Amino acid sequence: MNKVPNNHAWWLVLPVFALVAFSAILPMMTVVNYSVQDIFDPSTRFFVGADWYRQVLQDPRLHDSLLRQFVFSACVLAIEIPLGIAVALCMPTRGRWASLCLIVLAIPLLIPWNVVGTIWQIFGRADIGLLGWTLNAAGVSYNYASNTLDAWVTVLVMDVWHWTSLVALLCYSGLRAIPDVYYQAARIDRASNWAVFRYIQLPKLKSVLLIAVMLRFMDSFMIYTEPFVLTGGGPGNATTFLSQTLTKMAVGQFDLGPAAAFSLIYFLIILLVSWLFYTAMTHNDQTR
Amino acid sequence: MSWMAWTTPTALFFTFIAVLLAGMTAWELRAPSVPRRGLLPIATTRGDRLFIGLLGSAYWHLMVIGLTDWSIWTATALSVVWLSAVMRWG
Repeated sequence: MNKVPNNHAWWLVLPVFALVAFSAILPMMTVVNYSVQDIFDPSTRFFVGADWYRQVLQDPRLHDSLLRQFVFSACVLAIEIPLGIAVALCMPTRGRWASLCLIVLAIPLLIPWNVVGTIWQIFGRADIGLLGWTLNAAGVSYNYASNTLDAWVTVLVMDVWHWTSLVALLCYSGLRAIPDVYYQAARIDRASNWAVFRYIQLPKLKSVLLIAVMLRFMDSFMIYTEPFVLTGGGPGNATTFLSQTLTKMAVGQFDLGPAAAFSLIYFLIILLVSWLFYTAMTHNDQTR
Repeated sequence: MSWMAWTTPTALFFTFIAVLLAGMTAWELRAPSVPRRGLLPIATTRGDRLFIGLLGSAYWHLMVIGLTDWSIWTATALSVVWLSAVMRWG
């Protein structure tokens, strides 16, 4: 039987394309235009070629922020992905407790970023915060406002608290979608819990883990509000990540040209790393 | 469109990208591509290779601008060679 391809359904994509063009493509084209000009407003501008790119690429602030950003995203993924899987595996599969766990896990996801930053800012304070006061009372010198390590640990723990739930919920939905026959076959083979996890659950979780890794990488790479509210980028520049450096440049100093060049480099880094993650994870599926 | 602050080089750049995408779409409609394995370590379609070629070209430009004092045209020439090589043998 000859199958006749019909591509008319592609017309249905047009409204989405128009929306994305309006909200993303046109603004990005504008950013490209800004990045090659010394611009204050559309009527006051001079073409400078690739000068802003050269300046930004040789700027030590960008190098430092980029390094901090990669370390932060790597830590976030290294903690949140295994922890999210572990939480999902420990959750009850059905009944009232399952519903309760789902609601409790969803709560951090509902809290706005700036509120999360404020919660942890107060929680970590040595004078009035439960965490800061307790640690100091226990003899642990803890001050996220003056100690770099404390600031980093607090920002990381805050992100883990805020976003591990997302990974756990995604993994939980993935685990629930595994047909029971796999577990029955494993029981017949007397497979250990580890073998069930390694050869049934983990491979079946691959697609949701791909989404989880991508979302957490992109979000952590773009993190702004939480560390800004918690530490203001300090002590010094210890927790100043890429988006904060960019905001300082674009909004604080109103350097629109360099900020536009910075944005595009930032975008290219996220695009490359996300594509590498996606290709590596889907390529394994194809070769298997 | 004045709010977009257009310049001639950026207008030419986006025209090139738009023509490239339109051309690739027409080519795809006329002769649908089949994933194949070339020099790249993954099986790619024609569109994949274009994406890899363009992304690589952007990085060639950033490397030349950030690490050397060479003219930007050197980066563009390198990118054309890279894009052609990826499309042909990638």
